[in-house]
Amino acid sequence: MSEAQVGRSPFDPARDGTFKKELVTLIPHLRAFARTLTGDPTAADDLAQDAMMKAWDARASFQLGTNMKAWTFMILRNQFYSEKRRSWRQSQLDQEAAERTLVAVDDPEAPVALDELRLSLAMLPPEQREALILVGAGGFAYEEAAEICGCAVGTVKSRVSRARRALQAILEAGAYDRDGAAAGDAMYAILADAERLSTLR
Amino acid sequence: MIEHVPMEDHRKGAAALDEARLRQQAIGVKLRQMFDEVVNEPVPDEFLDILRKAETPSGER
Repeated sequence: MSEAQVGRSPFDPARDGTFKKELVTLIPHLRAFARTLTGDPTAADDLAQDAMMKAWDARASFQLGTNMKAWTFMILRNQFYSEKRRSWRQSQLDQEAAERTLVAVDDPEAPVALDELRLSLAMLPPEQREALILVGAGGFAYEEAAEICGCAVGTVKSRVSRARRALQAILEAGAYDRDGAAAGDAMYAILADAERLSTLR
Repeated sequence: MIEHVPMEDHRKGAAALDEARLRQQAIGVKLRQMFDEVVNEPVPDEFLDILRKAETPSGER
């Protein structure tokens, strides 16, 4: 998005009103997506607010009637990764979350606990996590997710299926790690296994 | 090939596959639940305040 696009030629309050109305309906979804990316409610709301304002500033470049949800998600995602490049904090959070997950003891018959899922999600490589969230929870088609992530449709499909397998492996391993193998090593072994399995199919 | 696999293993394999499928479904349901939980939270006032301020920039109007 260039700054040039921000300066719209005709001032159009009616159009702005329509745009704003739709943008407001998307705020809850932007918050949810931001929460899954950052894993932290406060950081997520900061990110969602930044994305919302970026979308507002760029409203002239948005074509009303096209998919605003996908457009704003793309803005949010770009914002997230440009911030992430500036900080290593997130990778530390991921690591901590991963270690906590593996300590959890779980009954294999029990339904998947939300916290457990949240922590397991944090262990996935970011590109797999976002693909799974967009398609599996955000209600986006593979094509839309591809547009949001700036990659090919086939790439999204493969990321989603790898993410599903890895999540399952991580959740299941939460139970067997009771024997006390080093949590970090176990996690990498699991991820490597999941990765290997997903390339076989 | 298939007839060399004992029946017992077959059944185990099928059961494991079913279980994996169920597990995936459970994960899918939870994933949506996790996302929708946030979607259904009330939006903090801050969001609308910021947007309102942006809409009426000082100097204009």
